[in-house]
Amino acid sequence: MINFFSKQLFLFDPLTIFFLSVIGLVSIPSAIFATGYLRGESALKKLTVSALFLCFVSSMCFVVTAGNLLSFLIFWELMSLTSYFLVVLDYKHEKSVRAGTIYLVMTHAGTACLMAALFILYKYAGSFDYLAVKEAAALMPVNVRNAVFLLSFVGFATKAGVVPFHIWLPYAHPQAPSYISSVMSGVMIKIAIYGMIRFYINLLAPAPAWWGAVILIFGIFSCLAGAIYALMARDLKKILAYSSVENIGIILLGIGAAVFFSGRGMGGLAALALCAGLYHLVNHALFKGLLFLCSGSVYRQTGGLRDMEKMGGLIRPMPVTALFFLIGAMGISALPPLNGFVSEWLTFQVFFSAFTQSGGAVKMFMVLSASVLALTGGLAAACFVRAFGMTFLAMPRSKHAQEAKEANLSMKAGMALLAVPVILFGAGAGLIAPVMYNISQSVLGGEKIAHTFYSVSVLPFTIMISLAALGAVVFILMKFVIKVKRTIYNTWDCGYYALDSRTEYTPTAFAKPFRIVFGFFLLPYRKSEKIRDSFYHVSAFKYETHTTLVFKKYFYEPIVSLIYAFACKMRKLQPGSIHLYILYIFITLVCLVWFVTVF
Amino acid sequence: MIMTCKVLLICLSAPLVSGMIRKMKNIVRMRKGPGILQPYCDLMKLFSKEEVVSKNVSWIFYASPAIVFSSGISALLLILIASPGYQDAGSFAFLIAAFFVLGLGRFFQALAGIDAGSSFGGMGSSREMFISSFAEPAAFISIFVLCVSGPGTPVFSFFLAAAALFMVILAETSRIPVDNRETHLELTMVHEAMLLEYSGPSLGLIELTGHIRQMIFFTMLSWYLFPVARAGSLGWILFGLRIMAIILAVALVEVSVAKMRLFRVVDFLSFAFFIALVASIAAGLGV
Repeated sequence: MINFFSKQLFLFDPLTIFFLSVIGLVSIPSAIFATGYLRGESALKKLTVSALFLCFVSSMCFVVTAGNLLSFLIFWELMSLTSYFLVVLDYKHEKSVRAGTIYLVMTHAGTACLMAALFILYKYAGSFDYLAVKEAAALMPVNVRNAVFLLSFVGFATKAGVVPFHIWLPYAHPQAPSYISSVMSGVMIKIAIYGMIRFYINLLAPAPAWWGAVILIFGIFSCLAGAIYALMARDLKKILAYSSVENIGIILLGIGAAVFFSGRGMGGLAALALCAGLYHLVNHALFKGLLFLCSGSVYRQTGGLRDMEKMGGLIRPMPVTALFFLIGAMGISALPPLNGFVSEWLTFQVFFSAFTQSGGAVKMFMVLSASVLALTGGLAAACFVRAFGMTFLAMPRSKHAQEAKEANLSMKAGMALLAVPVILFGAGAGLIAPVMYNISQSVLGGEKIAHTFYSVSVLPFTIMISLAALGAVVFILMKFVIKVKRTIYNTWDCGYYALDSRTEYTPTAFAKPFRIVFGFFLLPYRKSEKIRDSFYHVSAFKYETHTTLVFKKYFYEPIVSLIYAFACKMRKLQPGSIHLYILYIFITLVCLVWFVTVF
Repeated sequence: MIMTCKVLLICLSAPLVSGMIRKMKNIVRMRKGPGILQPYCDLMKLFSKEEVVSKNVSWIFYASPAIVFSSGISALLLILIASPGYQDAGSFAFLIAAFFVLGLGRFFQALAGIDAGSSFGGMGSSREMFISSFAEPAAFISIFVLCVSGPGTPVFSFFLAAAALFMVILAETSRIPVDNRETHLELTMVHEAMLLEYSGPSLGLIELTGHIRQMIFFTMLSWYLFPVARAGSLGWILFGLRIMAIILAVALVEVSVAKMRLFRVVDFLSFAFFIALVASIAAGLGV
């Protein structure tokens, strides 16, 4: 008999509290933003949104506070379903429905794997309680543990948007309204990371080192693929969605290293790695939430612009949104003294310490991970120079962009509530890093080892002071000592004719060097065509370029077509004859009876 | 106090180094060329001029020179604190932080390039970010090697890491195989294209930072050459000699190779990366 009534309903440990605060940090500003965003909408829509939003956020809270496997699964499913409804909020658009369907299929494929893993755990523990699972996990056969790991990893990775399970993310996040995308991208995908930490580090401990290596490798691929796709995307929200894939990769580098080192019995290093992962997790929640809100502000105030090719010059009509977007972009590009810098810097230090403390192949693994992180950092910086520069700087490329207006007060307030912590979590690293370190210590257990990071974690604050002081000195010198005289004139146009927005560098052009270099992965396609009135006169040029989504084309589409072909064959079973159906029912009954008697 | 002196000395001597590289190139080419103090005269000229600013720009354009300059100086401070007296996790943290701080300057420089709405600026920004993102892994791994090798100074890995960092430096300071500072031909310029809209004191500030950035990289490279930390006047003389050696190397490379196509730069930098990777293997083996 299944024991549904668990003794341990809820769980409050430092990890849970950490995730609850992350949920709060992002959801509250998003809710405030939503009140401004929905101004002028019908009361019914407002009511629907608020109910779903509330349901969504509280289900996330329940997932992280769940104290047993069953309630974890139930709230996990509730979280997936409510977020599906939020994705298809704009159900009249075919795109939204399609995005929602992809999301629903992917998330349930993942949940199925997760369910299988958790029921295997239940079979061995005999109870859904985490405590019982933790006790039983140590006694489970190795192969079963590995099966649990692989199944649940597929489940979590699908939710987190890890490559190659990320396929739903670039569809679902751009289609949901921005205040929802900010919660989905900022928090929901992190709930999967919570699952990984809870199961691999806490419940199934001690995890073998190769689990960590698997997580690290998936992290490496997510980093690179996410960064490259983000550079190619033209849709502002798609950029942010792909950049979530990239940042999940960076978080996984931390988490994977933590699992890896705890498997090798290097507790101090594991705690540091977990600390780096958690720090990046909260950072990503903050700046990705902020960036999604800013993109929402752009979308609403320009009357529905999402394509960067039609934006430009928005810093003049929307200075506040631009400033907030800049803060978010600086955070995500890991520029000191903002928060992204601290966590990436910490991750580098983890790899460095790991290099010095381990030997042989592990050293190489660490160097490779560090170099992937470095490359990703460079690509992310390029991506966000492109995103900010093309959206907010230079001249407007369309009428919509020209007529944009600044966001209203509650939208600004929502963005500000996320922008301030982006700065605080960077400059205040000296205060926050020890807290993170204590959380990761409590998850891992074991002895407490101080690390050099303690002594250098005040550095971001020093950098901020130094930057501010030097900047002020330069400003004063330029203004009062040199007394710069300025003449306002046209942009340099080589003396030909007046420049306009058509001659500007475009987002597609900006990404071109990357498109060529990563051609082996992106498989770019281009076609140019001259449209002629007559042989002598070319009236127009047609130019078309796009990149191929490798995973979609060579992994998912074959699977989908296989399933479809199989379904077509299965259709022959249903010719519509009632006699045949009665036969089916009879056969099923016989099988069931046989099953019950045998098992 | 000593730190302030060091910073001032390095800042003041930075344009001189650029002047010396130029002079050296001219000697090799058997040309007369400007004197080694020319960069100072250029800076003075720029600071006394009026600025012409595009009407399309936003505050990013005005703020960028100050941000670029302060990030340059902050990075300089960081690497001076991390001087190779102690090669450990702490100094690695400082050196990596210095790279991130330089990244801040580059980020704003690239944004300012886009700001005026000229296609040159956008092109320059795109290419600068392109090159720097590929230079980063090689640079980080070279620094990795510098910091993991203790005072025992394994020569081979240092040699390889120095070679990798040297290639990165050529890219980061817009030197010839990667970029050419002396050209203003639209299709070939990278760094200069980004700065095209700047003039007068703002340009002066950016150029000065360029010299300082170059000194930061040269100082870093100098640690690989004779990795023996010395204090006092002997240390300064050694430092001067190392910088002279680097100047000679850079000048010789610049006159003897041709500029590469933009997409060949990736090959160049991946080569640097693989050298650095081999260096890290060597460092791991302790040779």
